[in-house]
Amino acid sequence: MLLTLLAATGLGLLRIRNLFAVVMLAGVYSLLSAGLFTVMDAVDVAFTEAAVGAGISTVLFLGAMALCGHHESRPGHTPLLPLFVVCLTGIALVYGTMDMPPFGGADNPVHHHVADHYIEESYHEIGIPNVVTSVLASYRGYDTMGETTVVFAAAVGVMILLIGARTRRERPGGEGGDG
Amino acid sequence: MREEVIVRVGAKVLAPFIITFALYVHFHGDYSPGGGFQAGVILGAAFALLALVYGLDEVQRVLPPWFVQACAAMGVVIYAGVGVATMLLGHNYLGYNALAPDPSHAEHGQHYGILLVELGVLVTVFGVMVSVFYLFAGRGRKAQ
Repeated sequence: MLLTLLAATGLGLLRIRNLFAVVMLAGVYSLLSAGLFTVMDAVDVAFTEAAVGAGISTVLFLGAMALCGHHESRPGHTPLLPLFVVCLTGIALVYGTMDMPPFGGADNPVHHHVADHYIEESYHEIGIPNVVTSVLASYRGYDTMGETTVVFAAAVGVMILLIGARTRRERPGGEGGDG
Repeated sequence: MREEVIVRVGAKVLAPFIITFALYVHFHGDYSPGGGFQAGVILGAAFALLALVYGLDEVQRVLPPWFVQACAAMGVVIYAGVGVATMLLGHNYLGYNALAPDPSHAEHGQHYGILLVELGVLVTVFGVMVSVFYLFAGRGRKAQ
């Protein structure tokens, strides 16, 4: 049911050329995926998807839309070559899944490497009921620190791009031209 | 949107609850879904909502751009600082057991450590979200 709604929203996203409706549909898409994650018991992921996908990124898209107008122009080329490439990639991906263990199988390697230890021992070792939090912040603390640094670095990149563009426009022909 | 009474009052009523919810998501992340990242996004969303309704200038009087940019850097410093602190206490980098007040219950240190590093994540994500929002929202205006 949710997957059908997701597919319908995705098709709608492709067909509509009014960018305001596209932004709203993208928010709907995120909310539906969050529902799907909840159904699959991945509540933490669903939470993040709802907050980031349906919340902040909708606002940022609206902000970007205020800069570039409400209508998407028609592409100047035929969609046949991209369609061919996408089909080829899809076939390659499906071929790749042939070797994978059956979906949801209890004996799959992913469930038996370190997951058993986390689920059985994390309450005694960390003392926290939410296994996701103890894996994220304690067992995998270095990874999360790297993630935080990546988020920070991405923001610095955006700042350099946007603030740099602004100062260049305010000083046309200034010495900071190509910086 | 400055003349819409319902939107203005609604945003004003909702904002404190959104901010409180963000803090709940952070400090209750040990027991329920959520954590620093989600809390930071929700906190940023609260200020984005206020800025959309009341205008960017009003929000920037409370949260100046230099402050949120400093937040984005401070979060990483908090996270890495916890690691350095545990090293100074004689444990491994990010070995939270060092933070336990009573060494016989070393796992209590994990609580403090996780809360502190998640606080670092919260501060960084909040700073990043609000800074990026400021840049996008302020850009079109400055260009005109």
